[in-house]
Amino acid sequence: MTSLLSYLTGEDGRNILSGLINTCILWVIGSGLGAIFGFLIAVARRYGPRLIDYVLQASVEVIRGTPFLVQIYLLYFGGPYLCLSLGEASACLTLDPFEAGILGLSVYGAAYYSELFRAGFEAIPRGHVEAAETVGLDRWQTLTRIILPEMTMLVLPSMVNMTILLLKETAVLSIISVKELKFQVDIIGNRDYAFVESFTILALVYWALVEICGALGRAAERRLSRYRFAHS
Amino acid sequence: MSIVPAIRARGVVKRFADLEVLTGIDLDVARGAVTCLLGPSGSGKSTLLRCVAFLEECTDGIIEIDGEPLGFGLGPNGERMRLPASSIRPVRSKIGMVFQQFNLWPHMTALGNVAEALVTVRRLSRSEAHDRAMAELDKVGLAKRAGHYPSELSGGQQQRVAIARALALEPRIMLFDEPTSSLDPELTGEVLNVMRSLAETGMTMLVVTHEIGFAASVASKIVFLDHGRLLVEGAPGDVFGKPRHPRIDQFLDTYLDRGAAGLI
Ligand SMILES: Nc1ncnc2c1ncn2[C@@H]1O[C@H](COP(=O)(O)OP(=O)(O)O)[C@@H](O)[C@H]1O
Ligand SMILES: [Mg+2]
Repeated sequence: MTSLLSYLTGEDGRNILSGLINTCILWVIGSGLGAIFGFLIAVARRYGPRLIDYVLQASVEVIRGTPFLVQIYLLYFGGPYLCLSLGEASACLTLDPFEAGILGLSVYGAAYYSELFRAGFEAIPRGHVEAAETVGLDRWQTLTRIILPEMTMLVLPSMVNMTILLLKETAVLSIISVKELKFQVDIIGNRDYAFVESFTILALVYWALVEICGALGRAAERRLSRYRFAHS
Repeated sequence: MSIVPAIRARGVVKRFADLEVLTGIDLDVARGAVTCLLGPSGSGKSTLLRCVAFLEECTDGIIEIDGEPLGFGLGPNGERMRLPASSIRPVRSKIGMVFQQFNLWPHMTALGNVAEALVTVRRLSRSEAHDRAMAELDKVGLAKRAGHYPSELSGGQQQRVAIARALALEPRIMLFDEPTSSLDPELTGEVLNVMRSLAETGMTMLVVTHEIGFAASVASKIVFLDHGRLLVEGAPGDVFGKPRHPRIDQFLDTYLDRGAAGLI
């Protein structure tokens, strides 16, 4: 059995590192965009017209109700058949694997993040908003000064959780040949029939990333812990 | 010329779907005096206060603040009509409100809570707002706690910060909705004392409370609400003195064991 460490040096090491970097890029951009889209969805559903709420609700249900693997297949292989024509010009959703990966991950994340934000909105006591109203804050000021900061503090722990889940979902992207960590490790494993070694490396690296993410989350929570709701 | 009351409600009705919570309230709240609103739970006290604060729109009737109609006024033919949204803000800014649940913003310190509207609404500079907020906290005895978050303050201290937050905007009228009802008995005193000193400065106050002792000693007028109707109003001596309305007798039986018997 080849030593684990030998895979971390030379050509293999460089490939694993480049896979790791790609995984991190996919993860950070995917969850960042996912959180932004998710937030916009939650705001649109809460403050927008009823029809928009229904449409978004249905979309969120579909995404939450189907495996990410299936979604990413449909997006990558089905995308090119999705065309929009305006007069002469027409454009199809033809994406390279990396683009499809980022888009898929963002949409998948957005569905879950939007539900977190919605729960966060619901959890803010109505009285906090009414207090803002009685001292004369307008709707925008109430949103930015009161609702958003309070919601951030309420949803932070579940946001960290969801972000960790998204990291693990990036491994699925290897099936559309995104050159992320699992893709690179697969190549080595197949070449040397060293599946145990390569997947051990894979597990350890994901675990390390999850721990880093968890530690950042806990640090942020500690900073916010003083803001915890005063019991009343 | 007759004196314009601070709050003047005429025929105020509030319905939630089929439920008529206020059934036509006529009420005058005098300037510079404390009016206490009593009544059993569910009689509509909070709803009336919330209509005056424009947190609820009443279904019918007119409310005037310092003679200016709030939200709804009378048209040329005496019909009730909705006033333009822009007319609401200046009238509303005359009113400060204190809630049973304090409703401090948990992500801001005591000072931040008081200074927030001074900066965002009144457009004071940070340092002016800071000084004003400190002065208000000092008045409620909490200057030393300015840097604490609500979660680090006792209920009584939180409510005093909430009072300072409302006072910082220099309202003409202060509304209190059961300000001590969620406090432990040993903490109600500090809040009632702040309210007493505020009354002594001549602030117009409309107070919903179950503290009969406070009502009897500080209020110049008691208003008793029952099933959304204004049942009795008058000076504390008249309302609490004998002979009493039987509903008031009943009500006092429920609340008098709060150590207020000696005051009546
Ligand atoms: N937003 C609302 N929707 C429906 N019913 C309400 C609402 N607010 C209050 N009520 C009802 O109105 C009645 C009076 O409530 P409230 O004004 O809170 O009474 P009080 O403050 O005197 O205890 C109660 O029966 C209550 O259930
Ligand atoms: Mg009430």
